[in-house]
Amino acid sequence: MSLLMPALMPLASILLLLAVWQAAALTVGGRLLPGPVVVAEALLREAESGALFHHMGVTLLRVLAAFALAMSIGVGLGLPMGRSPFIDRLFGPWLVFFLNLPALVVIVLAYVWFGLTEAAAVGAVAVNKIPNTVVLVRAGARAIDEGLIDMARVYRLSPADRLRHVLLPQLTPTIAAAARSGLALIWKIVLVVELLGRSDGVGFQINLLFQTFDVAGILAYTIAFVAVVQLLEYGVLQPVERRCQRWRRMPAEA
Amino acid sequence: MRGLTLSAAAGEVVALVGPSGCGKTTALGIVAGLDRAFDGVVEVGARPDGGPARLGYVFQEPRLLPWRTVRQNLALVLPRAQRSGPAVDAMLDALELTPFADRFPTQLSLGMARRVALARAFLVEPDLLLMDEPFVSLDEPTALRLRTLLSQLLDRRPATVLLVTHNLREALALADRLLLLAPSPGRVVAEVPVTVPRAARDDTTIEALRRDLLSRPEPAFRLLA
Repeated sequence: MSLLMPALMPLASILLLLAVWQAAALTVGGRLLPGPVVVAEALLREAESGALFHHMGVTLLRVLAAFALAMSIGVGLGLPMGRSPFIDRLFGPWLVFFLNLPALVVIVLAYVWFGLTEAAAVGAVAVNKIPNTVVLVRAGARAIDEGLIDMARVYRLSPADRLRHVLLPQLTPTIAAAARSGLALIWKIVLVVELLGRSDGVGFQINLLFQTFDVAGILAYTIAFVAVVQLLEYGVLQPVERRCQRWRRMPAEA
Repeated sequence: MRGLTLSAAAGEVVALVGPSGCGKTTALGIVAGLDRAFDGVVEVGARPDGGPARLGYVFQEPRLLPWRTVRQNLALVLPRAQRSGPAVDAMLDALELTPFADRFPTQLSLGMARRVALARAFLVEPDLLLMDEPFVSLDEPTALRLRTLLSQLLDRRPATVLLVTHNLREALALADRLLLLAPSPGRVVAEVPVTVPRAARDDTTIEALRRDLLSRPEPAFRLLA
């Protein structure tokens, strides 16, 4: 029993959630809160028609594009800010401003200024995540080992080599943390962007379902997308992080 | 530090010997161009081919990149085109590091890590080699072994060396000339040439030289005791 416990607990937890959901559905009843079975049927229906995969695919591409943009710009700004007090003081106030900018304002302004375009949508999502990445990477860059920087200077490593072999490996834990919180934030904002100004994607679809009060459909899309994002987290982000950190877990010399 | 003057001829091994706090490490940092907050002049001669002098630096801690293997740590200091060439393997071999080539620094003992740092410094074929207590906190046999390897490397490929140490035996075993430093302000208080050729310095010779230095009456030598 005690050996099986760790493996069985998540399963038990999910079953409990489904039971609570079913009980609530039976109490409330009707279309307002459909039970797990009804939602599963809706999910199957959307999958069979192909709509589910089309909209999820489009949304996923937007998530990935915004994610890549936010991470590279976030690291590109956070690293120099962490390394140079001058750059930090110059752009610090900007950072405070953007950190406090509501996501909705960025999205609306992006659509007003750049039109209801794909670039405006992806850009708006990225802008929402960048300040947070900058803050995390800046903190990581401040803690960089100066001894290794001196070593790189003495041996005249090129700027590209310093970045790749000296700086980025020290930032891996920071970047991994930023990536994980980034993925969680970005996919939620992408749905809002789609709802406000795109004609496909999960957010657009949820808006349609909202207009017909199709709660089963809304829950079906939500569950499908949560599952895909979890798959990205465990199937891509975590293995990449483990690979980058493998030197930490090497056994000591025998 | 105040009024610190030192010079080394090409191919000469100069040891800076003194108690901690007399600015030995700072002096190396200034020569290496890592420390720019000083008033004074550092002149490093050009290479025979006219290019800038190549610098090797063995820091007090090995300062290897923990996320790169021994081989990658070495290759990185070479120009990109030479990284996969035979130079790295030859250096691994010369320092008996070949069995450790694919290990990460976290898997090495301190002695091994220092050996890799030494290999890295020699791999750039330095004209000027700066060494900051390269054998400190090693047990005596390991330190001795590493000292012998360093001697062999210098015989094969001479370089101008500034060796910082507080270990008089180590300085007498390796250096052509000793500069004794005193603290506050850090300055050179005595200069001791070592005339016995490096290859001929066995334990008895080194011990005799040491006794001779310790018995000298001038105040500068009392700091050594």
